[in-house]
Amino acid sequence: MWNYSKKVIDHFLHPRNVGEIENPDGLGEVGSLACGDMLRLTFTLDENGRIKDAKFKTFGCASAIASSSALTEMIKGKTLEEAEKITNRDIAEFLGGLPEEKMHCSVMGREALEAAIDNARGESNGKPHQLEGRVVCKCFGVTEDVIREAIRINNLTTVEEITHFTKAGGGCTLCHDELKKMLEEERGIAAEAKEKEVTVETKAMTNVEKVHRVEELLKNRIAPALAQDGGGVELVDVDKNVVYVRLKGACASCPASERTMRQFIEKELQKEVTQSIRVEEMV
Amino acid sequence: MKTIYVDNNATTKVAPEVVEAMLPFFNDMWGNPSSMHTFGGQVAKHVERAREQVAKIIGAQRTSEIIFTSCGTESDNAAIRAALATNPEKKHIVTTTVEHPAVLNLCQNLEKHECVEVTYLPVDAKGRLDLEKLKSSLRDDTAIVSIMWANNETGTVFPIEEIAQITHERGILFHTDAVQVVGKLPIDLKKTPIDFLSLSGHKLHASKGVGALYVQRGTKFSPYIIGGHQESGRRGGTESVPLIVGLGAACELAMNSMEVERAHLARLRDKLEAGILEKVRRVTVNGDRENRLPNTTNTSFESIEGESILLMLNEYGICASSGSACTSGSLEPSHVLLAMGILHEKAHGSIRWSLSRYSTEEEVDFILEKLPPVIEHLRKLSPVS
Repeated sequence: MWNYSKKVIDHFLHPRNVGEIENPDGLGEVGSLACGDMLRLTFTLDENGRIKDAKFKTFGCASAIASSSALTEMIKGKTLEEAEKITNRDIAEFLGGLPEEKMHCSVMGREALEAAIDNARGESNGKPHQLEGRVVCKCFGVTEDVIREAIRINNLTTVEEITHFTKAGGGCTLCHDELKKMLEEERGIAAEAKEKEVTVETKAMTNVEKVHRVEELLKNRIAPALAQDGGGVELVDVDKNVVYVRLKGACASCPASERTMRQFIEKELQKEVTQSIRVEEMV
Repeated sequence: MKTIYVDNNATTKVAPEVVEAMLPFFNDMWGNPSSMHTFGGQVAKHVERAREQVAKIIGAQRTSEIIFTSCGTESDNAAIRAALATNPEKKHIVTTTVEHPAVLNLCQNLEKHECVEVTYLPVDAKGRLDLEKLKSSLRDDTAIVSIMWANNETGTVFPIEEIAQITHERGILFHTDAVQVVGKLPIDLKKTPIDFLSLSGHKLHASKGVGALYVQRGTKFSPYIIGGHQESGRRGGTESVPLIVGLGAACELAMNSMEVERAHLARLRDKLEAGILEKVRRVTVNGDRENRLPNTTNTSFESIEGESILLMLNEYGICASSGSACTSGSLEPSHVLLAMGILHEKAHGSIRWSLSRYSTEEEVDFILEKLPPVIEHLRKLSPVS
């Protein structure tokens, strides 16, 4: 028997916002019956671009239903930019935690949200864009992007944890070696970032100074360089030393965009602002 | 809230008569049956009486053919390992794709670590075996054939008498995991050439922690648990006297009421099944309805998931189980249903109902009243309907 929190049981027995909005502004549909859970999220936007109403329909276990119900409550009243910052961990925390083996339910919520936001921006048909990526776990159709994001956001350290969070590796186990490799790579990146954080920061700047400096560099130095290749970049947010940007034009669809981010934008900002800057792409 | 327990293939209530029978062996006669003094030694005859009671319910000719163990899983392990140990030149096992994990995982483990080759016989859509496939799977180096008497998830009963005959004719050892059958259907080992049979106490209203293995006289045996001289040197470890006495009492109880109980179970089960099929749309029954345990039915509800159904029923005190992946903590649904070719989506929505002698008509009516709205509610939540 699962040790579900009171809030999970409450949202399971009394789910909020059940249903489907006709002609929604955002539609996200993830999972499948064969995999054991499936979620369809729909929402409308008000005149200010805030999520006015959100509804869900879910096939799945108690925690899948509770995660979907929680998600609809969490996104109401938020702009798309605010909503897209919700991580699977936020969903689990909202519910007072989920059993580790059930964390994939919160990841499903996050994926549906992402798909629905993309859909609202006219960038997709509501199916998760990750499905277009390289599938690592063939049993459950989990892509590299989904796995790497789960590792980063939830600080996963074992293959078993990856399975609990994303289902990847839960079937034939043939992808386990690859999952181990990803864990090592992601851990390497995280360790590097941490190391930089402790060694530098000699002349600390205020947050305001930092944001201004980042903005200025992106606008005057980085964007013009990207424009030469038909691309562009826009600052979305700065949270401590993480700079969130949106790639535009040719960069947005460029398969090498990850490299552009790390080798060019991140290096440039690290050189000019602080060594511990990390750049994350918002999609 | 009253508990409506319809999960008796998982475990059963210990019968009050069985509790009564066990108590003196906790309170007064707590000696060791192997002791020389009277205080301990007097207990031994109660263990022997239990052995007689167990022998009787399966129609074993001699009490010496019964070895007490700690559970059904131990009995299964002991039987299969004994066959391999006493036939070191034989490295092949035949079993089925729908066995209990006690056999299935052991076989997989033997394949991996002990160079044993295993043939897993498939089943058809109703969960039935093709005996021709069994015949053609038998080899000169087959050490043992291990096939369950009845399936714990669907209740499908295999033609064990016929299977035993086939393996016997080829001179191959035969083991059957009969934990779901003992006490529910008559078994007569005098008429059936079975070498090993496993049974478990807590599936027939005795306690958890006790089981037995029948080993036919003349069948070579090698102990799985090595230790003292208990059980004639075939299973080390001081006998769990109270639990063994309870198992004996449970066997006698089941023996005496089997025919009445069988009819009672079948009537209630049929009423439950017919009621579900009548009141709920898009339901299918999994398994072989012609050859089935009298207490079991397994139903798949389309478009919804088993754990959700169970937890909603739990709110009414109704206890059942599901073959969905979510209930197991694994990500794959029931291996039994998948082996029958049932689609993943249907397996995820499966519920097993298993009754006992304590099930009542009122309980069945209560389930039939509460279930349809639960199914309807969950289908409203479902993105596919």
